[in-house]
Amino acid sequence: MSKIHVQATVNGDSVEFLADPRETLLDCLRDHLDLTGAKEGCGTGDCGACSVMLNGRLVSSCLVLGVEAEGAEISTIEGMADGNELHPLQRKFIEHAALQCGFCTPGFLVAAKALLEKNPDPSESEIRFWLAGNLCRCTGYDKIVRAVQDAAAEMRGAA
Amino acid sequence: MVEVNLWSGLRKFTDGAEIVEVEGKTVGQVLDALIATHPGLGPVIEAGISVAVDGEVITGGRQTPVGEDSEVFLMQQIKGG
Amino acid sequence: MAKDEISGKEFKWIGTTPDRPDGLDKVTGRARYGADFNLPNMLYAAVVRSPHAHARIVKIDASKALALKGVKAVVTRADLPTGLTGEDLYLQENTLAGEKALYDGHAVAAVAATSQLLAHDAAQLIEVEYEVLPHVTDVDKAMAKDAPVILPGCADHSVPEGSAPNVARMIEFGRGDLAAGYAEADLVREGHYTTEATHQGYIEPHAAVGQMGSDGKGEMWVCTQGQWYIRKMCSAVLGTDPAQLRVTPSEIGGGFGGKTTIFMEPLPLALSKKAGGRPVKLVMSRAEVLRATGPTASASMDVKMGMKRDGTITGAEVNFRMQGGPFPGASPVGEALSCAFACYDIANLNHVGWEVLANRPKCAAYRAPGSPMAAYAVESLVDELCRELDLDPIEVRLKNGVKEGVRASYGPKFKKIGLAETLEAAKAHPNYAAPLGPNQGRGVASGFWFNHGGETSVSLAVSEDGTAQVSVGTPDIGGSRASIALMAAETLGIAYENVRVNIVETGALGVNEPTHGSRATFASGKAMWEAAQGAIKEMCKRAAQKWDIDPEAVTWKDGAAWPAGDNAGKFEPLSIKEIAGEMGKTGGPISGHHESTPSGAGPSFGTHVVDVEVDPETGRVTVLRYLVTQDAGRAIHPQYVEGQYQGGAAQGIGWALNEGYIYGEDGRLQNTVFLDYRVPVASDLPMIDTVIVEVPNPGHPFGVRGVGETGITPPLPAIANAIHAATGARLRALPMNPPAVLAAIKAKG
Repeated sequence: MSKIHVQATVNGDSVEFLADPRETLLDCLRDHLDLTGAKEGCGTGDCGACSVMLNGRLVSSCLVLGVEAEGAEISTIEGMADGNELHPLQRKFIEHAALQCGFCTPGFLVAAKALLEKNPDPSESEIRFWLAGNLCRCTGYDKIVRAVQDAAAEMRGAA
Repeated sequence: MVEVNLWSGLRKFTDGAEIVEVEGKTVGQVLDALIATHPGLGPVIEAGISVAVDGEVITGGRQTPVGEDSEVFLMQQIKGG
Repeated sequence: MAKDEISGKEFKWIGTTPDRPDGLDKVTGRARYGADFNLPNMLYAAVVRSPHAHARIVKIDASKALALKGVKAVVTRADLPTGLTGEDLYLQENTLAGEKALYDGHAVAAVAATSQLLAHDAAQLIEVEYEVLPHVTDVDKAMAKDAPVILPGCADHSVPEGSAPNVARMIEFGRGDLAAGYAEADLVREGHYTTEATHQGYIEPHAAVGQMGSDGKGEMWVCTQGQWYIRKMCSAVLGTDPAQLRVTPSEIGGGFGGKTTIFMEPLPLALSKKAGGRPVKLVMSRAEVLRATGPTASASMDVKMGMKRDGTITGAEVNFRMQGGPFPGASPVGEALSCAFACYDIANLNHVGWEVLANRPKCAAYRAPGSPMAAYAVESLVDELCRELDLDPIEVRLKNGVKEGVRASYGPKFKKIGLAETLEAAKAHPNYAAPLGPNQGRGVASGFWFNHGGETSVSLAVSEDGTAQVSVGTPDIGGSRASIALMAAETLGIAYENVRVNIVETGALGVNEPTHGSRATFASGKAMWEAAQGAIKEMCKRAAQKWDIDPEAVTWKDGAAWPAGDNAGKFEPLSIKEIAGEMGKTGGPISGHHESTPSGAGPSFGTHVVDVEVDPETGRVTVLRYLVTQDAGRAIHPQYVEGQYQGGAAQGIGWALNEGYIYGEDGRLQNTVFLDYRVPVASDLPMIDTVIVEVPNPGHPFGVRGVGETGITPPLPAIANAIHAATGARLRALPMNPPAVLAAIKAKG
């Protein structure tokens, strides 16, 4: 099957790649653009480890075809920090020990950032339901929820 | 002599005894003596078991000393996650 | 500042909670996991798997696949060496089926091609002809005399003559006089309990890149809990020399025991060897992980116990049957028996266990293997007795609980342990007194895990600027780099930030067992301490040379060499930085190393208290409050200790309420994706409260007990007990999902 040329913007940089029509956006990010921060945990949209922002919307990149990214604005975990300046969520995840193995962490951070952009002051319950599409098998979610609460408080204070 | 406590599934190799007395100054010597006196225990011990000496589970120490009054238990080998 | 109760010394680093050293890599997406690794000229692999639970393999025809341009190699069992025996043979059989496919998802062939898509296309073109055989997946049905025979001659010496053909092992042990014990009791009860198989559910699927030339020299990059086990097991399966295979562990995206063994790992090596030595990458899909890696056993269990009116347990027995897949030795039935009554001091006991083969994947370890099932059965029955005799469940556990000097149910006497302290902590916690509303109930259960030492090698090298590098062989799953760095900083008297802990490949260190048995902080930490003593001794020697005094007259304190006393002479202390700065001129590099199989792991006990609310209309169980109290011996980095408690509780809650393998009549696994194999999500759980109990372990220089495993054990019975308290319905089968709970409420009337 012939490949399709795709042009897009990823983390502010213009990129182009050749996608097989069967390849997912996750495959293209990982295999064609060497952005391996998004992970494949399930391939069926159940675990959220592949979460990225696509034109301002939180998506499971394993459920998007690479060719659908034509002309799109994509942001991934690799673009979350501003140079060496970590996003408050990234700092708070480390500070609260909100990661153990760390495999689900990029997806949680991308999803949590999307939440705080929509709702800067979420309740515990709102955080838990927003993040219900991201699976973590190590932490029991306690420290993740606390890290998000703390980051949200800090961001509200800073604003 | 050291008293070795066996689990009851091993009694058929020891003429029904659950406690067997053998000579030995280390875990290795005790195990070797057990096999020498009760050859049926050989395959079981070689397949892998755990030995507890005075409450301490010895997983790899054939050289671990065993005293006359030490409490020695053979146990099923324990794996962990 | 924490205090060392053993030496009386105040700690500077231990008990603090600095950022983990690998934190930055893990929040920026830079950390490299199994599937993140690529090599030039790399091929991609895919695996052909049996759609049948039990089938004779008549013919495999790969000609159409091999005819595709870009397909470089196909391997089947015919490519692997013959003549293996015992566990090596079972590992090989599990890697690629031989005469028979033994479970749904059993690998039959593998193919390597120039792209992942091409490899998948090629796999679909490999034609396998099967003769389907009768199968059995249920543990009790597998115990029947007329069950389909899975592995003829599987029984070992322990199995009584005339047993059913799939019985592979029988274990029996006990003590005292059961009949006398029951005669002493005021109440004797028995119960039958079942648990379904569950999966570790690590979010990272297995992934490896393997390369092997025709000379048998190879390399592998792989997500694993134990790179030396990968090396040993792959070499056994492939008939190659372990020393010629160099295995580098990637960051690991969860393991929980499931990555302590091999499944597909030999395949990239075998394919590479056949494809002219080109590296081959193989990444499992989630469905492959659920169908064909190593879930835990399913269990059918009978328990009987006698109790006096005052709560004294006078006698108890269990009869456990567990299936561990199609090969002997994989089920945790032995561990389950030993854990069953490990929390209790009971004079009269008997344990009987049966391991039976079934057409299911080969079990692997899963967090305290065997202990959660045993606890579900025993702690549920203890709760029934307590309720019938109107006794407080914590008081009954305190009354019968094991302590130092008591003979364990599995034989030897306990050294210092902390069960009573966890019970007292639970009793004192506000959760135990929180008011309950309608349809709400509280459950209590305790749990146990042995903990493990295991083969360990560590080296510690002092750098030219007085910082230190520690090389360990136990992959970091939950923050062990942080805990080992804290212990190294404490031991050497330098800053935490001045220690770098590296998880190294098999070529860089002597043999290590995996990160399993809750051993990384215990065993690698203990070996690091020994290695540091070696380096300290050498640094004291260098100072002695400089001062021209006896090395014995030099002591190490606060990161410097000091004269041991006034008699040693008056010298300004020499810091590690000063000694290291000139080590090249004073005798050469300074390092320490230590290799051993340490004993003294020290068991960890825990007690959980859970409050649930049960919706009487739907049977849905909501966890309202959850408390974990567990003995850590010494919490090196308390946040990651809490993390182990909370994570273990969450996995146990999933096992109790949702998770379970579902096999169809056709023997195929029906829930092969996370949508259907539903692990707990954030909205299913409350905050998980923790109390870290510290009863220092005398077997470790800082008192550490492993904390990883015990926490998964109590949730299963604690939740069953809470559901009973809320509804009056006793659930004796897992999972306790809404239909099961509703049915139990209705059956009660």
